Amino acid sequence: MSPSLVQAATLGRRAIVRTARQPANVIFPLIFPMLLLAVNAGGLRSATRLPGFPTDSFLAFALAVPFVQGALLATINANVEFARDIQTGFLNRLALTPVRGIVLLVGQLGGLITIAVVQGVFYLVVALAFGVRLASGVGGAVMLLLLEVAIALGFAALGSWAALRTGSTEAVQGLFPVFFVFLFLSSMNMPRNLIQTDWFRWVATINPVSYLIEAVRSLVIEGWNGEALGLGFAAAGGLSLFGFALATHALWRRLERT
Amino acid sequence: MKSPLDNSIEAHGLVREFKKGPRAVDGIDLRVEAGEIYGFLGPNGAGKSTTVHILTTLLPPTAGTATVAGYDVVKEGPKVRKAIGAALQEAALDPFLTGREHLRLQTAMHGITGDERQRRSDELLTRVGLTEAADRKIKGYSGGMKRRLDLALALVHRPRILFLDEPTTGLDIQSRTALWAEVGRLAKEEGVTVFLTTQYLEEADVLADRVGIIDHGKLVAQGTPEQLKAEIACSTVEAVPAESAQRGALASVLEQFGEQTTGFGPGSVAVQLADSDGNLAEIVRALDGAGVVLSQLQIHEPTLDDVFLAKTGRHLEGSGDEQEQEQEHEPARA
Amino acid sequence: MNDTVAVARGVSWRVLHTFFTNPAFLLPSLAFPLFFFTAFAGGLSRVSQIPGFDFPTGYTAFQFVFVLLQSAAFAGVFTGFGIARDFESGFMRRLMLAAPNRSGILLGYSFSALVRWLTVASVVTAVALLARMKIGGGGVDLFALYTLALLLNLAGTLWATGVAMRLRTQQAAPVMQMPVFLLLFFAPVYVPLDLLQGWIHGVASVNPITPLLEAGRGFISGAPELALASFAIAAGLIAGFCFWAVRGLRSAEAAG
Repeated sequence: MSPSLVQAATLGRRAIVRTARQPANVIFPLIFPMLLLAVNAGGLRSATRLPGFPTDSFLAFALAVPFVQGALLATINANVEFARDIQTGFLNRLALTPVRGIVLLVGQLGGLITIAVVQGVFYLVVALAFGVRLASGVGGAVMLLLLEVAIALGFAALGSWAALRTGSTEAVQGLFPVFFVFLFLSSMNMPRNLIQTDWFRWVATINPVSYLIEAVRSLVIEGWNGEALGLGFAAAGGLSLFGFALATHALWRRLERT
Repeated sequence: MKSPLDNSIEAHGLVREFKKGPRAVDGIDLRVEAGEIYGFLGPNGAGKSTTVHILTTLLPPTAGTATVAGYDVVKEGPKVRKAIGAALQEAALDPFLTGREHLRLQTAMHGITGDERQRRSDELLTRVGLTEAADRKIKGYSGGMKRRLDLALALVHRPRILFLDEPTTGLDIQSRTALWAEVGRLAKEEGVTVFLTTQYLEEADVLADRVGIIDHGKLVAQGTPEQLKAEIACSTVEAVPAESAQRGALASVLEQFGEQTTGFGPGSVAVQLADSDGNLAEIVRALDGAGVVLSQLQIHEPTLDDVFLAKTGRHLEGSGDEQEQEQEHEPARA
Repeated sequence: MNDTVAVARGVSWRVLHTFFTNPAFLLPSLAFPLFFFTAFAGGLSRVSQIPGFDFPTGYTAFQFVFVLLQSAAFAGVFTGFGIARDFESGFMRRLMLAAPNRSGILLGYSFSALVRWLTVASVVTAVALLARMKIGGGGVDLFALYTLALLLNLAGTLWATGVAMRLRTQQAAPVMQMPVFLLLFFAPVYVPLDLLQGWIHGVASVNPITPLLEAGRGFISGAPELALASFAIAAGLIAGFCFWAVRGLRSAEAAG
């Protein structure tokens, strides 16, 4: 294995071990999205009686939300730790080794994505246990996890940018509500064509998070919908590229080493 | 081009300016010879850590040049980093990893793998006395243990030059002495060049072959501790009168032999002797002649604090209350 | 008595000074309720067309009551976060040492939580009115609605204070927040109780927040229901959590 791969794998492993040793960082991202799913699926079950609602199970309809929310929570936790590395000088310790900046970033993102995928598997197992059946079958489950990787990468790159740019745990935690604004102003609780308020429908339409949710949702309730998947991967890819470019630039500024 | 085995450190006109702040480093010239322990002494905020960050390639200088191990710190950063080890001011450790896991991470970053990684980790854990604690998480370590692990991490790739930024700040005497012993051994037995910043006079005095004194970003004195003290040359006499009413009389007698100085015990009068051969018997005779009765009389040899006082007009202790500049200011960018 | 009031005044002044002069505290407190109001009232308004949904003053007013009560409870929880922060920074020890009567500390935090919530409630109300929320109730009904929210604010503060006094760390934030969150969201948030189905109907039926929410919605629509029951429940919550908070204070005193 090349030294860079070993370095990235070691850094990724460290991110996973550190998360695993903080029970709050493990339990909260697993439980909270499931609680919110339970609340929404229970509270809005009667919404399936609206004409044109795409499924008769609000649980299946809302299952897409934990996947996006879980990626968000994993991002916040991992990048708070990343910012703490900057605050405590741990990043300087790594910067004094021959490791390349890009390897630092890849290792950090790799660990985070692994955590997000583990969370995704957990959400899927819970949903299956509560009677949700994937319309896209077993292949859809694999695609769903691939989509989760893409979603996590997009948010993670943006979170890493915030951590590197500010070097402040508070600033990264401050992103939490900003991310959630995007989540709530999306089609998370209602299909876009059924959103009654014009301005809200417009915001949900330009909000990339809607397309992430709709791609996951299509695999659960529709089957294989090429357009929804294409838009979902495009949104995740766009977020990833944008976030990665920002994060790389911030890393270059942060590691002003010669 | 220097030989690859050059273990020296050299800086010329080193400057670092920060946005909205004064010059943290203001034209420093220094040379540290191979195998030497160089003590960089100064109060908080003097520019010690900024200098270390420049020499370890973490921060580019605003002006000036520096070479470490024969490599230019600006143009040959990766080569410098291969040659050096550093334990910076913050013992930056992950509280959720064990000591051994830190070593695993650090060795991987340096490209050391397999059996060599295991061997090197065990060797260093033994050397810093952390074998038993190696599999415990860092959050259970004492300050001294963290510092020792920090030193072990700095040594994994067998660096030729070691930078230690205030390595003993906050440590108890026992931990401090153990760290001094290990640093001394590294220099003497392994020929490692050590650049050590400290705000402790004793540390510089005991450990350093040569000392540079920095204040407000400028190097105000440089030499062996003995040379620097010899520049001051004169001892200080401190006396305490048996009755406080005689303090005035005591001061006027002592002032015949030198200039009054501060920083000694309450109720005492101290003068730095004007003559390097100041005769204690003569002072005692003069005091006796003036009828001054003493409860205590002491003669102090010159210290590095006297050197600092002579060069800056202030005592070292308590003179630096500002934080190091790099923590306060964003780097100025062109 | 004078001592208690003086301590309460000092504590509340300091908390409110921090709150109003620090955007990091002020903005999230304002933004979250507004955001929930926007997301629920705007994004879910189609829910009012579900067969059987017959709230007379519309979905905006329906959600406004939930957001008002939620903001009240969470203003109390956020005050608990502040107390935990004060324990971690050592400031609480300073307060404990300085206060001749330490009950004044509880009173001070409670008063500051009340002012915090009144600020948030004013902004949320203004936004709701700008969004053309329909109000069916009269002055007395609205007074009852805001009084009910105020009582919930006090209950939330006393709950969070009790937790903060016992655990004395910011890591206790989820312990303060989660039960309140669950109580609020296991009530009929999106649709009336009658339209809830399955397990959540069972949970909401025994949830003490449900009568408060239904009473609040009754007040705003001008068709009060469960008014006495809701005030009795609020008073019961306050009495219980007051005992909880005072015991917490004693626990903090004992811990030194």
